Formats: sequence, C-alpha cells, structure tokens
Amino acid sequence: MVEQSNPMSRRRLLSLIGMTAGTSVMYQAATSLGFAAESTYSGPPKLEGTPKGASVLILGAGVAGLSAAIELRKAGYKVQILEYREKAGGRSWTLRGGDSYTELGGFTQTVGFDAGNYINPGPWRIPYHHYAVLDYCKRLGVALEPFVQVNYNAFVHSTKAFGGTPQRYRTVEADFHGQVAELLAKATNQGALDQAVSKQDQEILLEALRDWGALEQDLSFKPGEISSTRRGFEKDPGGGLDGAPVPSKPVALSELLRSGLWRAIGIGHGYEFQTTLFQPVGGMDMIPQAMAREVKDVIRYNAKVTAIRQTGSGVTVSYVDARTGGTPQTASADWCLCTIPASVLSQIDKDVSPAMNAAINAIPYEASVKVGLQFKRRFWEQDESIYGGISYTDLPISVIGYPATNYGSTGKGVLLGAYCWGPYAYKLTAMSPEERVREVVGYGARIHPQYTAEFDTGVAVGWHRVPWTLGCFGHWTEETRAAHYKDLCAIDGRLLLAGEHVSYLPAWQEGAILSAMDAVTRLHQRVMAL
Amino acid sequence: MKTRIALPGAMLTVASLLLAGLLPLTGAQAQNTDVQSAKPATALAKPTPDDGEAIYTSICQGCHMPDAKGAKGAGTYPALAANHNLETAGYPITVVLQGQKAMPSFGPYLSDEQVAAVVNYVRSHFSNSYTDKVTVADVKIARPAAPH
Repeated sequence: MVEQSNPMSRRRLLSLIGMTAGTSVMYQAATSLGFAAESTYSGPPKLEGTPKGASVLILGAGVAGLSAAIELRKAGYKVQILEYREKAGGRSWTLRGGDSYTELGGFTQTVGFDAGNYINPGPWRIPYHHYAVLDYCKRLGVALEPFVQVNYNAFVHSTKAFGGTPQRYRTVEADFHGQVAELLAKATNQGALDQAVSKQDQEILLEALRDWGALEQDLSFKPGEISSTRRGFEKDPGGGLDGAPVPSKPVALSELLRSGLWRAIGIGHGYEFQTTLFQPVGGMDMIPQAMAREVKDVIRYNAKVTAIRQTGSGVTVSYVDARTGGTPQTASADWCLCTIPASVLSQIDKDVSPAMNAAINAIPYEASVKVGLQFKRRFWEQDESIYGGISYTDLPISVIGYPATNYGSTGKGVLLGAYCWGPYAYKLTAMSPEERVREVVGYGARIHPQYTAEFDTGVAVGWHRVPWTLGCFGHWTEETRAAHYKDLCAIDGRLLLAGEHVSYLPAWQEGAILSAMDAVTRLHQRVMAL
Repeated sequence: MKTRIALPGAMLTVASLLLAGLLPLTGAQAQNTDVQSAKPATALAKPTPDDGEAIYTSICQGCHMPDAKGAKGAGTYPALAANHNLETAGYPITVVLQGQKAMPSFGPYLSDEQVAAVVNYVRSHFSNSYTDKVTVADVKIARPAAPH
C-alpha cells in the first residue's frame, strides 16, 4: 500500500489514511446491502388462529429447523423433522474429547481433548444484537458467558514487520491513534483544515484529538505517562520504594504504517464484533441441544433425504438410512419447510418451480477451516497474560483464538489454532487432517514459541469435507441476490425454505433463525387463508 | 474493470485481491472481517503455472478427493476419475472458471496457465486419457467477460 520509493508528505499520508477510512466506509456500504443489518427479531412470531390439524414436515434439525418446529408446534401444527445426522445442530456444532468425526473421503479423527475442552468448528460467537439467538437461549435456559473478541494484550503479527516479532494489540492501537491524532492536530494548527472546520470547531477538534490520541498538552504523542496509560509502561507502576513507573516508547509512524498492523486493530469496531459478544457455556451446540429437547419426540435422525415430491395438497419426502442406505421410506405432510443447505438440496430430486430451482443452483458454498489445538498447559495465560480474545497474523492461519472460559485453570487447554477462508482454506481442506494440524502448529509456533514443546493434540475441520453441508455457508453477491433471492424465499406450492442461505445474515445462526421465523409466519398466513 | 489477474505462479489470496481492489467486496467476504483485515503474506505453497498436479492437490482434492473418486455424504462430490464429461475440454474449463451449483468459481484465484494446467492434469490422469491439450488461449476465451 505504501509507496516506499517516494518520500511521503504528511498531506499524502493523510490522504492515505483517508483511503483507509474509505475502505471501512466501503465495507459499511457493502454490509448495509443487508449483510450486517441489525436483526429484525422482536420476539417469537405470534401465529394466531388454529391451523386445524395442518401438518408440516421439516427437513433439517439445525437451528433453523428446530426453531421452526418449536414455533409451529406451539401454534398447533403437527410437526415432524428429518435429520441427516445422528444428532441435532447442523453447523452449530461442538467437538469435545472422545468425539469421533469422519469427514468426506473417510478420514476419521478422534478428538483427544481433555474433559471440558472443546472447539466450535462452526459458529463460535453471538453478537449482542442477534436478538433471536439470545432470546432462544433465554427461553430455553442456555447459559451464556462473554466471548472475548478484542483483547488488548493479544498479538498482532506481520511476518514483514518488527523482524517478525508479534506486537501487542494495545501498543499498535495506541500508537496508531496517537500518531494520527498528532498529525491531524498539526494539520489543524497549520491551517490545513481551515476550509473544512470552523475556527471555533478547530478548538474542540484539538481538544478531542488530545483526548482520543493520548497527546501531551503540546499536542505531541511521545514517551511519557500520558501515552503509557494507553500503550502500557516499560515498567508498570508498582508499590513501595521501587514503585515508580517507567514510560514506554511509541513506535515511529513510518514503521507503524509500513507494518500493515493497523489492519488488525479495527475489527472489534465492526457491528458484528463489538463488545459484548457471547458464547454458550460448554460449547455452541448447547443451543441446538436445548432446542432439540423441546421437540425430541418428532425428530427422526439418520434420515438422508433422496426426493421431495409435491402435489397440490401436500408433500411426500423419500429418505434412506444415512448409515446403511437401504429401501427408501417416505414421510408426508401438508407442507414442507426445507432447511437443507443449498449445496445439498441442489442435488436432491425435487418438485420445485424453475425459478426456485435456479435460485437453489445459484449459491456457491464458501471454503473455511478451523483447527483446534490442545496444549499441555495454558501458556498464553501463564506466560503472556492473554485471557481470551484473538491474535491476528498475516500467516495463513489468520488468527489464534484463545478460550474465553475456565481462565486460570491448570491442566491442558485448547485454543483455535487457525480460522481460514479463501485459498488457504482450500489448501488446508485438501490435506489430510493430520497434515492440517501439523502445518498449523508450525505456523503458530512463529507467534507462540511454546507451541513446539507444549503441543498435545489437535482436530481440524475443513467445511467442504463436512458430510452434511459440503461447504461452510451460501455465498451471495449483489447480482445473485437481485436475480434469485426472492425466488428462494417464495412459497413454492407446498414447499418453502429456511436457513442461513435464506437470509441477509449469511453464516450466522441469527440469519438461520430469522429465516425460519419469517417462513413459519408466511406459511401460517397461507394456511389461515385457505 | 477486468477481474482477470495475471498471477506469476502463485495464487493471490482473497484478502490481497480485496486490498488491491480487484474483487468486489461481497457479503461473504464482508462477513469475514477477522480474516480480510489481516493481509496474508505467505499465501500458499506456490504451484508453478504448469504444475497441474500441484494445483490439483492444493485445491481440487479437497472435494474431489486424492484419488479423484469424489465422495458421498448428504450430497455428493462427483468423481473426476474416469469421467466422460471431461471428453470435451471446454466443459471442465468452464466449471473451474465459473463454478457450478455449490462449487465456487476458481476463475478469480487461478491464472489462465493454472486453469489449463489443472484441466490437462485431470484429463490425463485418474483413468482419463484424453490426449488433446488445453491451451492458455482456450482458457482466455472461456473467461466470462463481465466481472463476477
């Protein structure tokens, strides 16, 4: 990004920073297309009036199918669910010690984690504004605890900066804010902003910059007590005779800019990653487990759907035993709510309109990989005072996520050793599980040298090899949404769809539940109008 | 803007493409701000442009499997081994470039040379023995004109 051959004027620097802001505005513009919109949930749908014995067959026992089943049953519908897996949850999934997971291709991993340690290969955090997920947790008694997104003492790391030495998030953010504040203050005082900011407002701006950037009275950002209250001290304030603090020294602006590490300090500002976030105590699958308890008598597990037939008055679904195959059985109902991912549904023989069929066929599924690593001790806490949160790196592993639970516990600990998208996710997926773990441990050791001695065992999930989804989540573009989204949401004869792919919150559980709430509401309206 | 990117032997990462303004910022990528914010420096093991095998083993076998026999779960990954759909080379070229149903498009990730190499590799291995070689020009022509 930085043109190193040309010495940069401060004006040019400001324009670069402006471009950075522009990028973030661009992100917000993209997200305001609907991708990060605030949840529209305002409580479970009020399905008033009796459906007079109408029945609904739900395909899929993930959070979309389960929440739909709960609400439809409450409204008086006869409900049954067919689920491909041996348990509920779909992508809301937790791997614990003793679990065995066989991915496509037949590669089996037996998770060697100690009791209490786990990894969520799918969703792992719940923003405070995902009202539907949080409401189900409240209604069903799922205990939540804070998920730590931003940890000021975690690392930001670039292989190309600071000799490859990880920096603390805290110092990079403090220095970036401080240096930018100082520049802006200077520009203001030199009259560079006279066109844009009135003299009176400039006084306020200077005050704000001093406050925001931790500047000295003279508007400089420099070593001293003020900057150290943001970036930390060389020697922390202590007690007694030797208690006097020693201030730390900020990094020079040029080095900071060229490091690229400023890229990693804005993430927690994003709407979906702002404090407070939550996680279910004990693993994400606590949510579907609690939901499944509500409707456990109507779920048929190990049912692989092979065909969906509909007439003007109902739907008949054929399925076989997912483990043994055999003769197809059928299940029938007046209506069908299908939450099967489009990646799988696109391959199923079905009666749907050409428009819905085209919509189902228009959704590619993203690659993503998560790797959980167990270490012999929680060295990140014991050696580095990192309690929860995420370190960011330009290594292919992208992140290291620290467990936001059981702080200070002795014994083994599990962290998220990689969370990858895009090309590297393809590459990791293409490896055997053992190779993935080995490679990820090798990369992580460049941030935490303790990896080498402390690594114990790991588990790696590449979402394109997950047998029940064949991919991570449905990828919409502006163009495909314009062409197909309404058709995907339509009530097609006696069938309609739900799931994260039928939402403007792709990949989030909130999107799956909101699509289910919308589907049951529209279905109920249709039934009541008959 | 053309989305075709000349890749000197290495695949670019999504993040670097985004930063270079070469890919539209779509919802899926907008989701993944954890990742796009960090600019991966070390992308991938670098398959040389004409090394179809390296491309196959770094990407394709994730779904189509090391033996190219595909896999079956709730849905199916088709076998590329002994696959008659490969007879007309234009078909695999189009599928690799544009994707198909849930299969993502690899046009944005792979250079024309890389697409040609991996198509040639698959068409001449795994019990496929088509002898006509795909050229870079064949791939270039098959690239969709509009950015996507």
